[in-house]
Amino acid sequence: MTQPLLSVRNLSTRFRTDRGLVRAVDDVSFDVAPGETLAIVGESGSGKSVTALSILRLIPDPPGKIESGEILFEGKDLLKLDDAGIRAIRGDRIAMIFQEPMSSLNPALTVGLQVGEPINLHRKTVWSKALDKAAELLGKVRIPDGKSRLNSYPHQYSGGMRQRVMIAMALACQPKLIIADEPTTALDVTVQAQILALLKELTREANSAMILITHDLGVVARYADRVAVMYGGRIVETAPARPLYKSPRHPYTRGLMASVPRLDGDTGRPLVPIEGQPPDLASLPAGCAFALRCKDATERCHRERPPLVESARHHFSACWYHERLAA
Amino acid sequence: MAVREVAALDVGVDTSAVTPVRRQRRLGGLFVASVIWIALVGLGAIFAGLLPIPSPTEMDMLGKRALPSAEHWLGNDVLGRDVFSRLIYGGRISLTVGLLAPVIGVTVGGALGMLAGYFRGRFETIVTGGVDVLLAFPPLVFALAVTAYLGQSILNITLVIGILGIPAFTRVARAVTLSLSEREFVTAARALGATHSRILLRELLPNVALPLVAFFLLGVAVTIVVEGALSFLGLGVPPPAPSWGSMIGEGRESLDIAPWLAFLPAIFMFLTVLAFNVIGDTLRALTDPRPGAL
Repeated sequence: MTQPLLSVRNLSTRFRTDRGLVRAVDDVSFDVAPGETLAIVGESGSGKSVTALSILRLIPDPPGKIESGEILFEGKDLLKLDDAGIRAIRGDRIAMIFQEPMSSLNPALTVGLQVGEPINLHRKTVWSKALDKAAELLGKVRIPDGKSRLNSYPHQYSGGMRQRVMIAMALACQPKLIIADEPTTALDVTVQAQILALLKELTREANSAMILITHDLGVVARYADRVAVMYGGRIVETAPARPLYKSPRHPYTRGLMASVPRLDGDTGRPLVPIEGQPPDLASLPAGCAFALRCKDATERCHRERPPLVESARHHFSACWYHERLAA
Repeated sequence: MAVREVAALDVGVDTSAVTPVRRQRRLGGLFVASVIWIALVGLGAIFAGLLPIPSPTEMDMLGKRALPSAEHWLGNDVLGRDVFSRLIYGGRISLTVGLLAPVIGVTVGGALGMLAGYFRGRFETIVTGGVDVLLAFPPLVFALAVTAYLGQSILNITLVIGILGIPAFTRVARAVTLSLSEREFVTAARALGATHSRILLRELLPNVALPLVAFFLLGVAVTIVVEGALSFLGLGVPPPAPSWGSMIGEGRESLDIAPWLAFLPAIFMFLTVLAFNVIGDTLRALTDPRPGAL
């Protein structure tokens, strides 16, 4: 395998709350290769967004804090950079797209000023040139007539178009890595596919890697090269997309797949929800976090936490019984 | 291809739907009348020296409390001074103090409030504590102390009212900044590598400015009343310079025989304050981005 572009090692992020210390991200490690699309999948509160925010050190501190770990990007540990150093990375080498296109754009500034912002900021380009580039970027994200639309305000755009604007902003400096935090959750189903296709096409064109954070397994199947499934602040399974779908090796991943409809194969299959609630991150059990909801949990699962081990080639699972699941 | 078509559709719907709605927000007769009134008082105040009116301080001892005539349009006051002229010159003081004092409040208070709302932490605690102290301080005692030590002048009156106005602006700016800082576009700006100063000036200031401007105009109205009250109490600009408040105070002595001497400046003040309030409210309704932006 080539040198990874991003290598997250043993990242732990905690939040101090009234109910005690919340381990939002607990000892998470993963790599992203250049040009690769890694999907991070999980329920709300599984720690996937906090992982994304931690990479760019955008965790609000207080109450949050990155407690330990390394985030190696192009050989540099982002956690050791000073403020100016991390600002130079943000938006230039690593860009981020947020969930809510409605509130991710500043209502008081024109679209042109916002798309031109990263160019002006990182390339020190004069504004007239930055605006030309902004119009070009709007064309790239298929907003027609970009030049005249530069002077519009975000409220004059639809949700899908605003997310296109966010993509244009993210692509402005041709970053090596784009972190998309549930980029389509707030959009209509018909628009979701367009946005994802666009995102995929443009990242491929720019040869950027992407971390796609989502709770939608359908999205993962179509657009991701590799998948990491998060549960209770930890990665419970990670594998290339195809093997993960064909033979998931963690009961949680299995549960997720059983709970969403599939168009291939057995369409008459009933949907099986995962019983119970996601774990309370403030008081995680000593053993496997999923044990309480797992039908096949044994005493060992409740007592000891299973490590993430390689179950098959490139396929890691954090379940004591991953071999039995593979059979 | 499908992508292109949908995007094009968006454009068509958006422009046709949004633009007329914005135009339809009409201004209304009251707003126009308010602007005209402020313009008249403002122009009168600026060009008072050039207008063909009698001196506001020249006394005509034979024409005390004279009724309106061709020479004295609104009659004379207790000391035989031209009332119309004193109203015009009084507007000068009311507007100067009324506009300058809130400028102090909006700049100092706005900056403190934005910094407190954005950085939070200990700085916010200090600022809110300081604001509470200032609010608890009796304003009249403060005004008395300043005028007693530094003397009565337009500058001192402006400073006193301006400083007393800081807490209100700080609170408004802090509250707006607090709620805006939670919004994703601030995180998005940080994710783009923006510095704190860039976020404060480019991302937050344009959003905070709108409510602050509306509040500023209400502040102008309040300041005019406060200046009038201080002058009425004799703490305002020293005589013989005319001010609406001091005119009401002087007119009070002859309320029974010449009530218009107190009522005319009162009406001027009332109309001016009302006009500023109307303009402030209308501008806030016009520029409020919230319904459209969210």
